[in-house]
Amino acid sequence: MGLFDRIKKAFGGGEPETQETAKYDAGLEKSRNTFSAKLNAFFAGFRTVDEDFFDDLEEMLIGADVGYEIAVQLTDELRDSVKLQNAKRPEEVSQVVVQKLVDIYGEAGEAEDNALHYAPVGPTVFLFVGVNGAGKTTTIGKLAHQLQQQGKSVLLAAGDTFRAGAIAQLEEWGRRDGVPVVTSEPGGDPAAVVYDAVRRAKAEAFDVLLVDTAGRLQNKVNLMNELDKIRRVIVRELPEAPQEVLLVLDGTTGQNALSQAKEFNQTTKVSGIVLTKLDGSGKGGIVLAIRNELHVPVKLVGLGEGMDDLQAFDPNKFVYGLFKGLIEPKSDEN
Amino acid sequence: MAFEGLSERLQKAFAGLRRKGKVTEADVQGAMREIRLALLEADVNFGVVKDFIKAVRAKALGAEVLESLTPGQQIVKIVNDELVKTMGEAAVPLNKSPHIPTVIMMVGLQGAGKTTTVGKLSKYLIENEQARPLLIAADVYRPAAIEQLQVVGQSVGVPVFELGTSVDPRDIVRQGMAQAALQHNDYVIIDTAGRLQIDDKLMTELADIKDIANPTEILLVVDAMTGQAATEVATGFNERLDLTGVVLTKLDGDTRGGAALSIRAVTGKPIKFVGQGEKMDALDVFYPDRMANRILGMGDMLTLIDKAQKTYDEKQAQQVAEKIKENSFDFNDFLEQMDQVSNMGSFDEIMKMIPGLANNPAMKNFHVDPKDIAHQKAIVYSMTPAEREDPDLLNPSRRRRIAAGSGRPIVEVNRMIKQFNQSKQMMSQMYKGNFNGMDGLMGGGIQGRLGKMAMNNMIRKQKKNKKKRLKNVKRFKS
Repeated sequence: MGLFDRIKKAFGGGEPETQETAKYDAGLEKSRNTFSAKLNAFFAGFRTVDEDFFDDLEEMLIGADVGYEIAVQLTDELRDSVKLQNAKRPEEVSQVVVQKLVDIYGEAGEAEDNALHYAPVGPTVFLFVGVNGAGKTTTIGKLAHQLQQQGKSVLLAAGDTFRAGAIAQLEEWGRRDGVPVVTSEPGGDPAAVVYDAVRRAKAEAFDVLLVDTAGRLQNKVNLMNELDKIRRVIVRELPEAPQEVLLVLDGTTGQNALSQAKEFNQTTKVSGIVLTKLDGSGKGGIVLAIRNELHVPVKLVGLGEGMDDLQAFDPNKFVYGLFKGLIEPKSDEN
Repeated sequence: MAFEGLSERLQKAFAGLRRKGKVTEADVQGAMREIRLALLEADVNFGVVKDFIKAVRAKALGAEVLESLTPGQQIVKIVNDELVKTMGEAAVPLNKSPHIPTVIMMVGLQGAGKTTTVGKLSKYLIENEQARPLLIAADVYRPAAIEQLQVVGQSVGVPVFELGTSVDPRDIVRQGMAQAALQHNDYVIIDTAGRLQIDDKLMTELADIKDIANPTEILLVVDAMTGQAATEVATGFNERLDLTGVVLTKLDGDTRGGAALSIRAVTGKPIKFVGQGEKMDALDVFYPDRMANRILGMGDMLTLIDKAQKTYDEKQAQQVAEKIKENSFDFNDFLEQMDQVSNMGSFDEIMKMIPGLANNPAMKNFHVDPKDIAHQKAIVYSMTPAEREDPDLLNPSRRRRIAAGSGRPIVEVNRMIKQFNQSKQMMSQMYKGNFNGMDGLMGGGIQGRLGKMAMNNMIRKQKKNKKKRLKNVKRFKS
């Protein structure tokens, strides 16, 4: 049980918490607390392992937004293994459950690449896609700031020509970050804006071009085709680009997140996910669902409204945080 | 992953069961699990699901299975009814203040769609109540939020009150309210910044704005795609602000929208509107029954059945109408008959050739003047298409017009119509293959098999021509 042991060891070994880890912890505190508190409360409450127990377990997992599919799968597998191992005492069952969760999560995450990729030479292009109100523009604003801090030259493309005030919103971010923004008239062709931006990024040798797009629901065929066109425009100018197509997902979204990922992936070949508004949802479980069902890595997480609250996603740290409360008492025993 | 509809799930669960008169314990046990999973899959909060299942279980046990339904369908019906009941039976209208202005305050998480909904709501109020709303831009946090509201306001032709981003939202609202009082606006809609329900500072700000503006409606705007968190969000906002209603946005996506049930169940507050698109007129009143179908994943099926039923009925009605048309005799047929007859030669001669008809007294009404046919045709040509198809329309005023149009005296028009009515009666009998009534008319009647055959042949031909004509008319029309 590789990951499980690793987490255990990491914790038992008393690895000194870096400042970064602490911050990360703070951001995800609510998710983590809710998740482990839920599990703990659940195990404290149950008496016997029967059908009701599995129903409750299923509900508890879904309640933590682990995802419908994974919850059912997990419960089914547990039915067998609990019987197999003849686990009866709460501690035993809880051990089996946690181990199973970590296993499933670790398995699906093998060979997962959570890093953002940049072009070795020439401009790097990140294309941001997602449904309305997921947080695309805000994410771009924050990321531009961070890249700027790292000494990269950044260009923004206001590809959302549809929503009222969207261009102004990105321009405002550009002003705050001190980053130029390529725009057009509201209602213009987004592909044209993107074309201009890519040309400019090439001509003026920008390091990174962040392309904003209008929010669209994944079942709107015409809008999805428009996205495909934007992508084609980028590829035509820079065959290696876009280096990343980032799907911005609202952390409070339910099962629809999976449909979004599937549809956007079909149109634009999503290379990574940005999970926003995670600080409020108190549900870290969706990360499990996304990994298990979509096999698209989460690359960035939004943990708050501040400029620095957009963070690179480290799955191991996340799992560590998620299961901290559960594994902790065990490692003390050992 | 596949979204299975509840109906499919239940079908599977009931595959082994035979029809019974009552829903039994065993039926319920299997069905409840499927219903639970379907609701959870639709993002209904697990706590809400639990209570809901309890209620349904109690109702389903021992319920009589209606005729023509299987136990599974019966349970779906119970679930559907209960869902509709939970979400409120009927649409709830906006509250209105007894004195103007009616103040509507929009609250919600970031990116839920508050500003867009403000625009849609303004348009709705303008169209339905000729309202003159004032929008207050109280989102000073998100970049360009005020610009967004201004653009939205402009597109629906509504003024926006704003004081930039450096003024406290409380002051903006205070001054905005004063301006609305000055301008006698009948509606004031306050667009607030998106915030988390756990953000104490910003929630206090909302509570303060509520005290200042004293809103008639506080609408929580919620993304229909929200998952399990929906209950926490709704409870959080409701506890601080005592909401009056909910707007569910982005329902034009493919989400099941279980959040609707969760929110309604934990807050008891009605869902008043749903946003179904990006255009400003894409705001609809919330219908609990449609939402219930959607959550259960049967919406498509039910609408399909509905539609199928409707088109079937329409088709049926059309066919019946066509049949009646084909079997009826109108002036178009009369014209055609006359054409046929005149093609054969002079009417006089033809009449004489028909045995027994030559000296028939009934034929005296037929003034066999060669010009007669032309005159009669002229009369028919002076009729409108509607009159030709439905001779009952021909009232005295219309007859006078026809007389003038065809240049014939009105008595001739009257006589012609009378003759037509006689032929019509005759034809309708002949269509039925009954020649008995014509015995008197044609003296010795049409005798022998050959005569009958000839008559049948004529009628068949006429029917065929008529069908063709109707078809052409239809083609021409479409």
